[in-house]
Amino acid sequence: MSLASLERVELKYGEKVVLQNCSLQIAEGAITCLIGLSGAGKSTILRLLNGLRKPDAGRVIVRGIDLNTLHPRDLIEFRQRIGFAFQFAALFDSLTLFENVALPLREHTKMTSSEINKTVMDSLESVGLGNASDRMPAELSGGMLKRAGFARAIVTNPDLVLYDEPTTGLDPIITHVLTDTIKRLRKQLNGTAVVISHDLDSIFAMADYVAMLFEGAIIAYGTVEEIRESRNPIVQQFLQGSEVGPIPL
Amino acid sequence: MKILEDVGRGTLGFLEYSGGVAELGAESVVLLGRWRVRVMETLNQAYILGVQSTVIVLLTSLFTGMILSLEAANQAQTFGVSDLVGGAVSYAASRELGPMLTGVVVAGRAGAAIAAELGSMAVTEQIEALEALGLSPVVMLVVPRLLALILMLPLLIIFADIVAVLGGMWLAKTTAGISYGSFIESARIYSHFPDYLKGMFKGIFFAIIIVLVGCYQGFNVRGGAAGVGKATTGAVVVSIILIFAANFMLSFIMYGTQGIR
Repeated sequence: MSLASLERVELKYGEKVVLQNCSLQIAEGAITCLIGLSGAGKSTILRLLNGLRKPDAGRVIVRGIDLNTLHPRDLIEFRQRIGFAFQFAALFDSLTLFENVALPLREHTKMTSSEINKTVMDSLESVGLGNASDRMPAELSGGMLKRAGFARAIVTNPDLVLYDEPTTGLDPIITHVLTDTIKRLRKQLNGTAVVISHDLDSIFAMADYVAMLFEGAIIAYGTVEEIRESRNPIVQQFLQGSEVGPIPL
Repeated sequence: MKILEDVGRGTLGFLEYSGGVAELGAESVVLLGRWRVRVMETLNQAYILGVQSTVIVLLTSLFTGMILSLEAANQAQTFGVSDLVGGAVSYAASRELGPMLTGVVVAGRAGAAIAAELGSMAVTEQIEALEALGLSPVVMLVVPRLLALILMLPLLIIFADIVAVLGGMWLAKTTAGISYGSFIESARIYSHFPDYLKGMFKGIFFAIIIVLVGCYQGFNVRGGAAGVGKATTGAVVVSIILIFAANFMLSFIMYGTQGIR
């Protein structure tokens, strides 16, 4: 059963066609990893799924709701049920880690300050940052920043968490830790996750399903094994990281 | 043909910019009307944008008041009308120089700060993060700054007026021997309390220009650090031009041809 889907989506940035006739199903209760070349439009798909971008044509359905039909006010409410972990964490510079994670709770819920305190600390502890709550984002390392972004994304207990390149630019150990964290958080929330990554080891370790985006459309979709064994030469060239093949350099 | 293309592109760019700023303004007004105001953040911004601009505003006004007085005193002594110096300084400071210089100085300091801060937030995806968290960037970032500067700029203007007059009074006495009593009496006769209020009223418009232009430039930054620099410069340049234009229009509306007669 799918939690969300893109149906024949088209989207342009100016003259550049980013998505064309792009369809994708996001399976409920699973981790779906999106792979593809840099600049292929993977991050755009995440932004479509939480309504930050609107398609020029086609539909984006999440939990049976067509996001195109949502009033901006309802869209704001809708986004509260979706967590978004940004590529560079996008923590607010002027707030401590605790305040960053507490912000959505303070703004959207009627929780008391002790309830907020407990929820935020639980969230920070679940990503191993329980003892860093008073630190400012500028004082954190790359891996800690990413984990702090995860904590903020999951603090409202969302149905769907979107991770934009969570392991890019990190060492193998931190990459391993973050991969495990994403898997654990998915189970903990009993929810659904969509992850964009270029790290194939990490993808194969966490994904239930993998979708490959190429030239604006999803050209392959399946389980890790299905994608590994795909006969599509584009998929194989991408997985092997080869210069030779149908993907133009 | 290239000229026509350039003109067309420029016109479209101007309309897009004006429309964007107007849309941001309309949205902010609607949110203010619904009292979607973050009080603590507004107070914080009042401190950052207003209180922290006090020294530079007062210094600018002090020197402007003194130079105005120096020039006026020189001319007045030549024609034997030294008793008009206080009026000249007070009249010019309350109606035009106080509001406009304060507006320009605050545009340079606070307008640049707003564009740079929001621009940095935009390039590090913090603005998008607000939206992703279901929070409105206009409520979180624009409305507090707008309300803060609408409250603070008129106050800065009245302080600037007072300092300009005091500076002018001191200089008139030390260089031209015009007594404080004569200066104050002249100021009292030739400038009136409503002039000061009108100057403060201009400040509300200048505050709106500075904040909306700064926020719009910041929100629309593209291209990393270079984009932030460009947006900051753009915010200051556009704000200053608009402040001059708005000052002319407001003076024309408020004083009409009264100043010419």
